Amino acid sequence: MWKFLLPFVAFVALVVLFAFGLNPNRDIHALPSPLIGKPAPAFTLTDVLDPARPVSNAALRGQVYLLNVWGTWCYECRAEHDALLAISRSHVVPIIGLDYMDQREKAREWLEQLGNPYQAVAFDTDGRTAIDWGVYGAPETFLVDGQGRVIFKFISPMTPEVWQREFLPRIAAARRGGA
Amino acid sequence: MSRSAGRIAAGIGALLLALTAVAAGEGIAAGQGVASAPPVDENGQLKDHALQSRFERITGELRCLVCQNESIADSNVELAGDLRRQVREMLIAGKSDDAIFTFMTDRYGEFVRFRPPLEPKTLLIWGAPFLMLLLGGVIVFRVVRQRSRMPLDDGPAIGS
Repeated sequence: MWKFLLPFVAFVALVVLFAFGLNPNRDIHALPSPLIGKPAPAFTLTDVLDPARPVSNAALRGQVYLLNVWGTWCYECRAEHDALLAISRSHVVPIIGLDYMDQREKAREWLEQLGNPYQAVAFDTDGRTAIDWGVYGAPETFLVDGQGRVIFKFISPMTPEVWQREFLPRIAAARRGGA
Repeated sequence: MSRSAGRIAAGIGALLLALTAVAAGEGIAAGQGVASAPPVDENGQLKDHALQSRFERITGELRCLVCQNESIADSNVELAGDLRRQVREMLIAGKSDDAIFTFMTDRYGEFVRFRPPLEPKTLLIWGAPFLMLLLGGVIVFRVVRQRSRMPLDDGPAIGS
């Protein structure tokens, strides 16, 4: 009896495996972040537009915020810029930028030309803050809750759909849970 | 190839260094000399050969997450360079291999390690080859036993 069943079971197992493995919506480069649920790594850097002005995430304690990792060398960051501007205009959460492996002059030009969605942009020249946050590319967007915990990480360009689907519900939940 | 050659060279270097130190009768003073001088030479190699060989082994076991199938020792990506610098600094600061691997997995997850540690949750990964061997063995055993029971005068068992 089970001699006939076995190939069938094996076939179903393969279908399940392929459905998962070959799913075109799955980004094989997107890795789960071990930071989820952990305290956001602290940083104190300078503002990309003003080297005299410190930018620290300790000052954001108590509020939900986004940390968006970008750089002027990053092609997909340009693609997500309009979405970030729209989020910024909606005033739901402040967006902190982390300018990664970049030059101040280029970053300044970028923000002047494309508009500035950020409340502040921390300038991480040597990539140490990025290592602390487990960044391995750009764009990456982290969501931090009012207790200073990382609650979500999104790897890929931000879009209005992603914002609606992935971020807004989590922000609402974080506000209900915290405060 | 080049890495194993480097390891041998590092080993010989360490041996020579130890011999000179002993010959001069100032093992401790030599150790202090190494600590106060810049710990990295002009090629970016750690002057302490034992540290350099640990550096090579650790960076060889950490995955570059940008290219994913290269180690950070082999990758030319900027992030790999930043992570190599991090490993070098931690070695100079006297951190253990475990502390360095923990630093990396805390930030990037278990996926950065090419050789995951043997833990309850990695048991399946490490045990899978043995499970496969066992499964194959059972199948072979059953087939052989079944066929050895067949009467010989029925001709070859193939297809029956």
